[in-house]
Amino acid sequence: MSTHEEMHPDHGDGHDELGVHATLKGYFTGFLLAAGLTIIPFWLVMGGVFTKSGPADAFILLLAAVQIVVHAIYFLHMNTKSEGGWNLLALIFTLVLVVITLSGSVWIMFHLNDNMMPMTLQQARNLP
Amino acid sequence: MSTPSDLSTLIFGRLTLDQLPLHVPIVLATFAVVAIAGIALLGVITYYRLWGYLWREWFTSIDHKKIGIMYIVLGLVMLLRGFADALMMRAQQAISFGHSLGYLPPEHYNQIFTAHGVIMIFFVAMPLITGLMNFVMPLQIGARDVAFPFLNNFSFWMTVSGAVLVMLSLFVGEFARTGWLAYPPLSDIVASPDAGVDYYIWALQIAGVGTLLSGINLLTTIIKMRAPGMTLMRMPIFTWTALCTNVLIVAAFPVLTAVLALLALDRYVGTNFFTTVLGGNAMMYVNLIWIWGHPEVYILILPCFGIYSEVTSTFCRKRLFGYASMVYATVVITVLSYLVWLHHFFTMGSGASVNSFFGITTMIISIPTGAKIFNWLFTMYRGRIRLEVPMLWTIGFMLTFVIGGMTGVLLAVPPADFSLHNSLFLIAHFHNVIIGGVVFGLFAGINYWFPKAFGFRLDPFWGKCSFWFWLVGFWVAFMPLYQLGMMGVTRRLSHFENSSLQVWFVIAAFGAFLILLGIVSMLIQFWVSFRRREALRDVTGDPWDGRTLEWSTSSPPPQYNFAFTPLVHGQEAWWEMKRHGYRRPVTGFVPLHMPKNTGAGVILAGLSLVFGFAMIWYMWPLAAISFVALLATAIGHTFNYLRDYHLPAAEVARVEAARTALLDSHV
Repeated sequence: MSTHEEMHPDHGDGHDELGVHATLKGYFTGFLLAAGLTIIPFWLVMGGVFTKSGPADAFILLLAAVQIVVHAIYFLHMNTKSEGGWNLLALIFTLVLVVITLSGSVWIMFHLNDNMMPMTLQQARNLP
Repeated sequence: MSTPSDLSTLIFGRLTLDQLPLHVPIVLATFAVVAIAGIALLGVITYYRLWGYLWREWFTSIDHKKIGIMYIVLGLVMLLRGFADALMMRAQQAISFGHSLGYLPPEHYNQIFTAHGVIMIFFVAMPLITGLMNFVMPLQIGARDVAFPFLNNFSFWMTVSGAVLVMLSLFVGEFARTGWLAYPPLSDIVASPDAGVDYYIWALQIAGVGTLLSGINLLTTIIKMRAPGMTLMRMPIFTWTALCTNVLIVAAFPVLTAVLALLALDRYVGTNFFTTVLGGNAMMYVNLIWIWGHPEVYILILPCFGIYSEVTSTFCRKRLFGYASMVYATVVITVLSYLVWLHHFFTMGSGASVNSFFGITTMIISIPTGAKIFNWLFTMYRGRIRLEVPMLWTIGFMLTFVIGGMTGVLLAVPPADFSLHNSLFLIAHFHNVIIGGVVFGLFAGINYWFPKAFGFRLDPFWGKCSFWFWLVGFWVAFMPLYQLGMMGVTRRLSHFENSSLQVWFVIAAFGAFLILLGIVSMLIQFWVSFRRREALRDVTGDPWDGRTLEWSTSSPPPQYNFAFTPLVHGQEAWWEMKRHGYRRPVTGFVPLHMPKNTGAGVILAGLSLVFGFAMIWYMWPLAAISFVALLATAIGHTFNYLRDYHLPAAEVARVEAARTALLDSHV
């Protein structure tokens, strides 16, 4: 890390300091990929490509995840070396927390539903 | 209730004169006292012509030291309010038995325990923690300010706006009656149609913006602005814990923001996220709010662990035992704090596998905490312990917190939790760790760093009075609650039928009275220290023979903190500089690049306050106007390019020469 003698005022003029080389080509590639990844799921739904909603949901979620990666690489200029590795560390930490939070919530709520979910009217009527 | 005209509904929404508590004598009397005291305070400020000084030197200041001090003042003021609530509850529970209904009607009592929890966590503990981190951390890492100085000022004023909204609810309308986490369905629009929950939502959302931004700010500061040579494993422990706490803030607070936004949508536009009909699920609210809530308790305790570490090693005159294990324990707690949230709702109906998983993770998280306790004990072992006030708080913490931690492990066993959940045992447990851990740590920190902030030490006699009243008062106030909890008494009750329980509540009320004496002693301590400031003066900048960089500069530090950025060669930078015969540079000063004060933070936070108030009372035109003004001011501020200046070398030389003269006169 370089020595930080100077203050960092909060208007961001630190492009050279970040070591980021944003190019028009990079942004263009990113734009094409992002646009494509948005149009495909739209078409999948509007065109009625999938007959069942389950596989459609899974596929759209997959495309959304790829979209996140595209944004991170082409627009946020993240790679394993940016900011001296801090970006990668923060990304890994975030992923760990998101996985814990989402899977934990699904697990907990599934369990609650299993144990506590109120019955439908029909189930209630058919009680012995 | 009179029917207001269309025009007044448009302008004032659902706010009518009926919402003012003109018919409730207790509130009216409180309002009168607060109003008279407020007018007196404003009068004094005006009489001594302090407005200009306060505005220029404090309110608009982007100096991290002044913002830190303002945070601490906010926290202490709100402590008085939160503690007044506590006293009222203790008094009510001590007398409300059998035929006596006490002096608080239930709907009032419910507001008081809700406000007590909200205020103590969000507007006492959080501002005090943020304030100490703000003041101390940049000094410890040898920085001139935080990474984003304006953002710091803005964050502070957003927290103030949230606090003002909570205080307003006392006199305009009412506060939530839902408990401090506002679980639906009780907090939804059907069960709580009044403005109380909306006060809760908007106060926390506005203050939450401040907390989140300050978390980003301090995190960036620690990562980017450490003095040359200060690698991660050379950072002082307090800075390490501040780093982990701010990571937790940045990761956890968005969850709170999201869940409160969903609740607000349920209340304002009729969505069904947490309703009991149309596919809503109130349990998802409980799940989400504890995903924030559990990390929150570590957000509060980790910096206090840092304070204890600094205090222990300074007052035992020893290097901290097990620095690396302390760091790893802190990091492990940071990650594990995301794996235990279900232990707050074991009884909500999950099966055995879910409950045992979270029970076991909860027990595991006590291991790194235990390791820390041993580190402090081994630091004290064969050290030259000086029983100054900060060290007293630390020892009091160790004894108290270990008991609190053990009752926590008891509650971590799901079958035990099934009978103790929502009982006074739980109340005793979390006060045991929050008072014994967080509050004691904050007071240790305030006593420890006060001379750095103001240039004179706090009076030790009144400090010791405060410590002993708090310590004894805590035990007298909360041991009866453990006992009552074991007997099955649940929390949040304003009346009891069984008068055999009364004696325990009377003892608890007496304990609360002792704590009151502790708080009064602390106020006297501030006053006496101010009067005796010449006798207590710290001219060296290093009154405790400290070990970290903040003690290398003067007390109070100059606005630029360090004339030259220090070079760090080891873990205890200042201690090693002293051992190697460090001499202050007295010549060769250069101009310093400094940030400039701005009033934008106050204005933005003030507009947020108006917006929040308008949203609470459904004053849609005012809400729209203030929101547009908020955006316009924020965008306008980005065009302010006059944000920094260079402090001339001559000015630096003048300040440093004054310090040289002071040091020479006291050799």
